[in-house]
Amino acid sequence: MIVTRKKETEVILGMLKGYKSVFLIGCAQCATMCKTGGEQQLCDMQALLEAEGKVATGKAILDPACHLVKVKQFAYQNKDAIKGADAILALTCGDGVQAIKDGIMGKTVLPALDTLFLGEFERGGHFSQKCVLCGECIIDKTDAICPITMCAKGLLNGPCGGSKNKKCEVDREKDCAWILIYERLKVLRKLENMEKIACPRDYSLQSRPQKVIV
Amino acid sequence: MGLREAIKAKKFIVTSETAPPKGTDIFRMVEDARPLAGKVDAVNVTDLQSAVMRLGSLAGCYMLKQAGIDPIFQLTCRDRNRLALSSDLLSASALGIGNVLILTGDHPASGDHPGAKPVFDLDAVQLLNVARGLCQGRDMSGNKLNGKPDFCLGAVVNPCAEPIEPELIKMRKKIDSGAQFFQTQAVFDVERFGLFMDKVSKYNVPVIAGIVLLKSAKMALYMNDNVAGIYVPKALIERIDTAADKQKESVGIACGLIGRLKNICDGVHIMPIGWERLVPDIVDRAGI
Repeated sequence: MIVTRKKETEVILGMLKGYKSVFLIGCAQCATMCKTGGEQQLCDMQALLEAEGKVATGKAILDPACHLVKVKQFAYQNKDAIKGADAILALTCGDGVQAIKDGIMGKTVLPALDTLFLGEFERGGHFSQKCVLCGECIIDKTDAICPITMCAKGLLNGPCGGSKNKKCEVDREKDCAWILIYERLKVLRKLENMEKIACPRDYSLQSRPQKVIV
Repeated sequence: MGLREAIKAKKFIVTSETAPPKGTDIFRMVEDARPLAGKVDAVNVTDLQSAVMRLGSLAGCYMLKQAGIDPIFQLTCRDRNRLALSSDLLSASALGIGNVLILTGDHPASGDHPGAKPVFDLDAVQLLNVARGLCQGRDMSGNKLNGKPDFCLGAVVNPCAEPIEPELIKMRKKIDSGAQFFQTQAVFDVERFGLFMDKVSKYNVPVIAGIVLLKSAKMALYMNDNVAGIYVPKALIERIDTAADKQKESVGIACGLIGRLKNICDGVHIMPIGWERLVPDIVDRAGI
């Protein structure tokens, strides 16, 4: 899932300066899971905007907001409410913001959230990043611990020498990914995976923007 | 004697280190390093150490070379992608710089530009391979070079890393990738370093032990708390803390360490951290 965080209220109000009426859109999936773009957050945002003297012409939760066809259907079915708004405020990930922009032509769409990372839902309110979508998965060699994500330097051939008490040089609260990998491979008797020199990554696999057709 | 010759002659190697200035005034760095000429085999020039923005290692190396000192070009993976790293290696060669020490580099988060984008396009093992490839006349893509460098390539190892096995695995990879010498993190605990040497002497690559000049108890405590693989024993901390003349004591401690290291490794790398002028005295007194 895509993990998001609400922007500071002042930042949201700053971007809405000059817009009197606003239509609010959330997302039933990731942003609801993150409690950033669900029913409650839309109500809170509506109350905030009204307290600032703005008019909320309506609000809706798309399922999901990143689905262009669904956005277009929604735009068709709600064209009057949307038409009456100066701008749309999207409580969705960055992809949702852009799908809404593409699906609802001619309207300014503004992001109420910051899009952080692809994450794992651990438990209520706790999300962790395990994958950076690098385009070339190598975790068959590391017992499913991704050094590109978990090592602050994204190293492929072992620890950097900066780890102390098995913690990362950059954040002593975080585990050194390569010591985790080493300990797992040792238990599994697969240390030869670590002995092999990993070649440089092919960053062309990450070229942007990407498009996939299946 | 230059580094390459010292390695070849199997003599006890002595290297030291200098940091370029934060600014363009390189005069003092060169003047501080000048007394090292003839006293040490080579001098490292650090590459934005601790991720603090400074004048570059390459320019520093060139200035040292002009002053008659064999420089070691430190090159980290932090700030450049594979194109820039390869290009800087060619530039070093064109400037007559023959020694390169390849490191991963500290993360920008620890430096004075914490918002910088960390690059780490290659890691130290991969960069050693690239440098070796350049010496064989080919770039990373297999393109033929018009003139090729001839580097003496080095790498670093942390002899007191905990656990040590992943560090040893990486050291073996660095050797397989072309490392011809190793400089180590600062050593204060000679016994523990001896255990490391027992494990790596069979690799048949010169290991040059790091000597950091201990300036104060505060510095020792800071290193113990914050720097991976450095452990300053309590007795040494008390010794520097109670010394009337800290510089004199620091030299004494360094000489004592070198005396004990002389028989267990292949050389010492003296990191004076601003006290460059003390290094010639240390070299003389330690009889190296």
